[in-house]
Amino acid sequence: MNFKIISVASLLVTMLFAATVFAAAPIRIGALFAVTGPAAFLGEPERNSAKMVIDEINKAGGVKGRKLELIAYDTTGDATKAVQLATKLIKDDKVVAIIGPSTTGETMAVIPVAEKEQVPLISCSAGSKITDPVKKWVFKTAQNDALAVGKIYEYLQKTKQTTVSILTVSDGFGASGREQLKIQAAKYGITVVSDDTYGPKDTDMTAQLTKIRGTHSQAIICWGTNPGPAVIAKNARQLGIKTPLFMSHGVSSKKFIELAGEAAEGIKLPSGKVVVADQLASTDKQKKSLMAFVKDYQIHYKAEGDHFGGHAWDAVMLIKNAVESGADAATAIRDQLEKTKSFAGIGGSFNYSPQDHAGLGKDAFVLVEVKNKDWAIVK
Amino acid sequence: MQFDQILQYTLSGLSTGAIYALIGIGFSIIYNATGIINFAQGEFVMLGGLLTLSCLELLQLPLWAAIPCSVAVATVVGVLFERLAIRPLRQPTPINLVIITIGGSILIRGLAMLVWGKDTHAIPPFSGDDPIAIGGATILPQHLWILAITLIIIVVNKIYFYHTISGKAMRACSYNRRAAGLVGIDVKRMVLFSFIISSAMGAIAGIIVAPLTMTAYDVGVMLGLKGFCAAIIGGMSSGISTVVGGLILGVLESLGAGLISSGYKDAIAFIILLLLLFIRPQGLFGKADSERV
Repeated sequence: MNFKIISVASLLVTMLFAATVFAAAPIRIGALFAVTGPAAFLGEPERNSAKMVIDEINKAGGVKGRKLELIAYDTTGDATKAVQLATKLIKDDKVVAIIGPSTTGETMAVIPVAEKEQVPLISCSAGSKITDPVKKWVFKTAQNDALAVGKIYEYLQKTKQTTVSILTVSDGFGASGREQLKIQAAKYGITVVSDDTYGPKDTDMTAQLTKIRGTHSQAIICWGTNPGPAVIAKNARQLGIKTPLFMSHGVSSKKFIELAGEAAEGIKLPSGKVVVADQLASTDKQKKSLMAFVKDYQIHYKAEGDHFGGHAWDAVMLIKNAVESGADAATAIRDQLEKTKSFAGIGGSFNYSPQDHAGLGKDAFVLVEVKNKDWAIVK
Repeated sequence: MQFDQILQYTLSGLSTGAIYALIGIGFSIIYNATGIINFAQGEFVMLGGLLTLSCLELLQLPLWAAIPCSVAVATVVGVLFERLAIRPLRQPTPINLVIITIGGSILIRGLAMLVWGKDTHAIPPFSGDDPIAIGGATILPQHLWILAITLIIIVVNKIYFYHTISGKAMRACSYNRRAAGLVGIDVKRMVLFSFIISSAMGAIAGIIVAPLTMTAYDVGVMLGLKGFCAAIIGGMSSGISTVVGGLILGVLESLGAGLISSGYKDAIAFIILLLLLFIRPQGLFGKADSERV
């Protein structure tokens, strides 16, 4: 009895799928996200956001009558796997464009594949070397680390603080931040007086902070992703350090405030505008996209949308816009992407050109401060 | 170099070291009763923290009830692990056992990832988080909890192993399993006991550190390794020398990060581990074992 129902039901489902396949060939978009593994905090919201926005587009009738189909694979943060899966997306799944990967290391590994097979790649990772120098088939939606560093230094210069201590995590994200912090310091008249690191799984950073306290620098900049910075915030409070503490955009989600609790109060960091979407002036071009993204994410996943998910949202929308202007094959989509002008997405206002495949300016970041367990824009 | 700084490094090191010690004792209890190095020990630390989180948030229990609850559940997991993975083994060669415990740890970690997700979670401190000043250095009330609970556990351990029948039986097993069996000690039950004690201890360690270090499905790996280091320094004894091993490790790490370079913090721990394994495999305080014939 039960078997009958199940078999009939599955037959119906199969027919349903078959029907959609035959109705109009969907446009296939590939995605590589680190949904599990150490970079899961990037990959998971990215996968969720990409899936969400593609479902929404399809529900609204697709693009020019054609559905979009997302084929997403989990790279587990492993560059070798990312390359294999990129090849699979191109050769087997015949996708017209690839979104991702989530980390800079994976992206650098996948770039040669995309270039050789001539498929546009829209990376969701931040490393500036992805689009510098410009590669014909490679774009990115995540803001460069350099922009985030610039935002902090600009503020320090404005408030006449000239000595900083930096404390960075010993992984790719921290290394890239550390490099930028040291390179850009001179430009803003800032001296880095101490340079320390901590391990991504470390549970106590009082030693580093004690050392930093001894240097009497005017600001401490910490570059890392959860949970390290939350531990540092707590440790700094324990040690009674009054020096202003700055974090990176790597922790600009509610999760950080939740983890660090009281200790988060007063910490400043550069962030994508998504965390302060409702505080933006109504004249802000991004406001509409941001509010839509935050609302949708809340409905679909009962969680706060963060700017990592935003990178994937932007990538899908960029492809959608390209398809809307008539492109449905790899080459045409690439050409359309390069013509993107003032697209107000989650990460910022994108302006691609043959010379610039990163497309964002310093306005992509705002400096925010933790106030009463929430974010507030620093004027 | 100011005195304040050294004091702070030492205090931070001691409190981290106490955690390593607690985890290290868990390693050595099982090792002594069974000859197994249980690489899943770190996972019980993780379970302790995350189960407490669930008790607090899902079941809305107060903290004093959540702690015994999660220790109990983690202990049940430890019992199941022994029953399902260790006991059925027909030829328990050391290499088989090591591989099984590593496999078990991956399984437990994977399940934890499915249950609690990949996010890091915070647990409220037991009694506020206003720093306490000692000289020029500061520690948190939670550090005092850690030191006190570690101390209590060591004392209870000592009493158990030296003044109760089952504790003495367990020590007998660690000296010679066959002889213990011949005088009527149920060796298999002692093995089970050792898993119960060490998983409970691991869970307690996980709970008392969670307010400071936060917890996630993968915290067990690094803490487990550090605990293992402590046990090695202490020569795999389930007593005071493992505790001293943990404290030495914690203080050296902290001093190394502060005075030499923070980049070498973990390297210091592992260099000590390797050196000891090469030069004094019997531990820093142990006498060289005579070869059993």
